[in-house]
Amino acid sequence: MVENRPFLTVITHAVLVLGVIMIALPIWITFVAASHDELRMTQAPIPMLPGGHFWENFTRTLFGSGLAGNEITPVWRMLLNSLVMAFSIAAGKIVISLLSAFAIVYFKFPFRMGFFWMIFLTLMLPVEVRILPTFEVVANLGLLNSYWGLSVPLIASATATFMFRQVFLTIPDEMLESARIDGAGPLRFFWDILIPLSRTNIAALFVILFIYGWNQYLWPLLITTDSDMTTIVVSIKQMLEAAEQSPQWNIIMMTAMLAMLPPILVVIAMQKLFVQGLTETDK
Amino acid sequence: MLKRVHFIKIMLPLLLVAPQIAVTIIFFMWPAGQALYQSFLIEDAFGLSSEFVWFENFELLFDDEIYLQTFWRTAVFSSLVAVLAMSIALVLAGFAERVIKGAGAYRTLLIWPYAVAPVLAGALWVFMFNPTLGIFPFLLEKINIDWNHYLNGGQAMGLVVAAAAWKQIAYNFLFYLAAMQSIPKSVIEAAAIDGASPMRRFWTITFPLVSPTTFFLLVINIVYAFFDTFGIIHAVTQGGPANATTILVYKVYNDGFVGLDLGGSAAQSVVLMFIVIVMTVVQFRYVEKKVEY
Repeated sequence: MVENRPFLTVITHAVLVLGVIMIALPIWITFVAASHDELRMTQAPIPMLPGGHFWENFTRTLFGSGLAGNEITPVWRMLLNSLVMAFSIAAGKIVISLLSAFAIVYFKFPFRMGFFWMIFLTLMLPVEVRILPTFEVVANLGLLNSYWGLSVPLIASATATFMFRQVFLTIPDEMLESARIDGAGPLRFFWDILIPLSRTNIAALFVILFIYGWNQYLWPLLITTDSDMTTIVVSIKQMLEAAEQSPQWNIIMMTAMLAMLPPILVVIAMQKLFVQGLTETDK
Repeated sequence: MLKRVHFIKIMLPLLLVAPQIAVTIIFFMWPAGQALYQSFLIEDAFGLSSEFVWFENFELLFDDEIYLQTFWRTAVFSSLVAVLAMSIALVLAGFAERVIKGAGAYRTLLIWPYAVAPVLAGALWVFMFNPTLGIFPFLLEKINIDWNHYLNGGQAMGLVVAAAAWKQIAYNFLFYLAAMQSIPKSVIEAAAIDGASPMRRFWTITFPLVSPTTFFLLVINIVYAFFDTFGIIHAVTQGGPANATTILVYKVYNDGFVGLDLGGSAAQSVVLMFIVIVMTVVQFRYVEKKVEY
């Protein structure tokens, strides 16, 4: 603090509390809606204080078939699908980016820069601009409704490659020289020196990519037609559509809560890594 | 770029880049090439044959009143989202920077919406503003505002902007806070000694010094509003009412997957690709290495 201004301090806290309320309000309303019974959630105005049906809704949503009259996959299955997808995307991106960054920084080989620019190009081609043809490719490969189809097409990553390239460039040349003198080959150097040295970067990136993978929407929406392969995030939209006929907001909001809980927990529990991951490539 | 001390091999590095390059070619370059190729074709009404027509799809596209409106709407939507999300984040970061006790708690409470998927953010907001049940229409009724975003295009737009901005505040806040914390304390203190009030210090020192961050965030926010808000729009309004919230990305999806107009959708994809390329170039040219995932 530069100077003592008690009045300004009061305003500061007031504004921040207001900001927190504004940010948290939708979540509070979701939580409240998830803790009431069906009947209460059809009467306007909806309650602002939690009710007593939280656990009932919780078990009904997680293990039951979710919405009554709309026999869909149980929510635990969709949570599992999301988890598998998020993990495969995060792990896949990290592995292939580590390998290609290693090749580009530590090797001299033909078309090195060509490959680099090819990876750079992926930055310019988000799923949204090549929806139909990518769908066709995946359909032709027979990957619809599979974990492979959900994750592999998303694992190319220019940003992760750039980040690891940046990390490797800061590692002193003497490391490689001494490793060589000790008789280490390229793969041994990669595994025993580069990987341990970039451990925190990998963890930070994993946090960000896990959230990225978990929150994918358009892609799983397109390639999963079998409801057993749907992710939890996609299912919310289907539930909203069903809500137009029979509103069961308590179940919908419980599902929404379950869908956002894992990534929110990741952010809060691993806040330091999360912030590092987010700002990493900013250096 | 290349290490001074390096290996000279051929097979090993090729094997190392192979997975990334394979995914890039199969799922990125090939489909993008297809989109480009299809954008030069027009299919007949039955989808049996197609004809190579050069730029006719693009001519049709830019003669199409609805498409031009979508373009304009996307620009308005993105600017509203960017300005709203950035200014709220700037104010919150400016105040949060002052806090000494409890700074960590505020930060934690403000950053988590980053983790909420856009479609979920949309679901939350559409529930709060549900015309028959939602809490806000109920309150708005008391001041004689009739809320129904299923009928009123302006209200629908307002709702998607609010949901999109709400989700993005967290990201902007973190970057602004980091930028403000890296401003040397001595500069601020010197200004304080010279008698500059906190408000004046903010506008004459803090704000100009975080302007690179502002520029970086502007690019990021516009890209976000262009592409990542698909889920929000899909959940909240599905582009309606009467296309009032159809932005470019939503139209590509709608024309391609729902309307099955392959050539037109591909031409729109190509236009979008061009926009992404321009933005990426701007980002790298002027913001150097500040990249987003």
